Amino acid sequence: MGDYTTQELLSIFAMQGFAGFSLFSVLLLMALGLAIIFGQMGVINMAHGEFMAVGAYTTYLMSAVSEKYFPGFIQYYFVFAIVFSFLIAGLLGYLAEFALIRHLYKRPLDTLLATWGLSLIMQQTFRSVFGAREVSPTLPDWLLGSYQPTDTIDIPLNGLFVLALTAIVTLGVFILMYRSSWGLRVRATTQNRVMSGAVGINTKKIDRLTFALGCGIAGIAGAAFTTIASTGPTTGSLYIVDTFMVVVFGGAGSLFGTIASAFSIAQAQSILEFFISGSMAKVMTLLTIVIFLMMRPEGLFSIKVRK
Amino acid sequence: MLEVSDLHVSYGQSEVIHGISFEAKKNETLAIMGRNGMGKTTLFKSLIGILEAGKGSIKIDGKDVTKNESYQRVENGIAYVPQGRMIFPTLTVQENIETGMEVSGLKKIPDDIYALFPVLQEMRHRKGGNLSGGQQQQLAIARALVTNPKVLLLDEPTEGIQPSIIKDIARILNEIQQLRDITIIVSEQVLSFTMAIADRLIVIDKGNFIHEDLREDVDTAQISKYLSV
Repeated sequence: MGDYTTQELLSIFAMQGFAGFSLFSVLLLMALGLAIIFGQMGVINMAHGEFMAVGAYTTYLMSAVSEKYFPGFIQYYFVFAIVFSFLIAGLLGYLAEFALIRHLYKRPLDTLLATWGLSLIMQQTFRSVFGAREVSPTLPDWLLGSYQPTDTIDIPLNGLFVLALTAIVTLGVFILMYRSSWGLRVRATTQNRVMSGAVGINTKKIDRLTFALGCGIAGIAGAAFTTIASTGPTTGSLYIVDTFMVVVFGGAGSLFGTIASAFSIAQAQSILEFFISGSMAKVMTLLTIVIFLMMRPEGLFSIKVRK
Repeated sequence: MLEVSDLHVSYGQSEVIHGISFEAKKNETLAIMGRNGMGKTTLFKSLIGILEAGKGSIKIDGKDVTKNESYQRVENGIAYVPQGRMIFPTLTVQENIETGMEVSGLKKIPDDIYALFPVLQEMRHRKGGNLSGGQQQQLAIARALVTNPKVLLLDEPTEGIQPSIIKDIARILNEIQQLRDITIIVSEQVLSFTMAIADRLIVIDKGNFIHEDLREDVDTAQISKYLSV
């Protein structure tokens, strides 16, 4: 790292590290939904990225509408956009489960194909409705600008906002999964679906709501995503691979593992990207993960009990 | 309390239960005895709704549940302790019990459950998967009891459990019988255990009931012969 002084290096690490935090936030929000759905139902939801895009487009639409009709509202719309992104992506998820996925539970490979098909349909819908060009919502002023703790460090406010949002959502998911009776039913169904039915849990209802919740969280990820990049019809599919990587690396069924894994993957990519090219950074991260998973196939964290 | 008539159950083309009919009365403990592979577990799975009945009907307290799913049958008052316990291994003991409370609407685990199973109270924060076989069996019974069942099904509760604990379980089941209005149906191979709890014994062989006795009239030698290979 030859030509940099120690001071500069520290600043680079701080800023790239923070850029990593933004990536971490989006990855984590995506992975949370995916991990819940995969852990609970064993469904590999290839359309998960498109549910994120639904959230992003919802935010864009709300921005456009408030800009045109309620200019005074432009400072505040974003908070509502997050809520609406959650609701709309969640509602679409609910419908997708009802119309498509519940018929395929006993056929995991078919759900893979079906959700992939769904993702293509959704992408084309985005293209037809919003056009192939990338769009960006108008961000309220309080999300622009940056925080400068020293002369050489520049930390963007939108990144801080996304980080805080992720923390809140993660905490919310944690409370829902580990402190509520609904979460208990989800965890029971995850472990033994047949037996859960035999202790009186309506597993089909749990499935539908879980799928909706997972998609809703992807919607929030989409809303957060709009603050750091622009949205196109294929935005979702760009993130889906990384998200799967996070889920597998973290160990399915472990919330803490998902967080740790999203963090390490995002940070590794972001810091490496500065020193080597983006694609090399990706190769390095992937290689590390592949080697790690060869030695520890259950992922970073897994709950141990007697077999 | 539980009425089963002409029940047929099949795995694909091969029929395992060939038209069984029986009735278990209120507060009765009924034991269904039979060797491995005679259809005990299949019968129980079809009673709780894990396997679909091909023909026939199942009624709980007069209500036909033949077409219902498992969770609806539980709502109607049947509870199931499966063979091999099937507790939720990564949930704590307390959480395991709480999974059964959705149906009964209980908010807190009732004291009488912990009074029946003091060991579960001691271990309530441990993961279910880290309990011994006998403790898991007690946990599975506790989880079934919090649904407030009218009919409790126990599939081979003594399987893989040491003799002293088997006696404990028999004592606990008798206690439950006295404390609650409950019909218990148990499938078993261990005759001494059934003799300690059951009011009536039925022998199942190749998917048919072939013998029935009240406990008072049981000729243990004859039943042992049915159970030996």
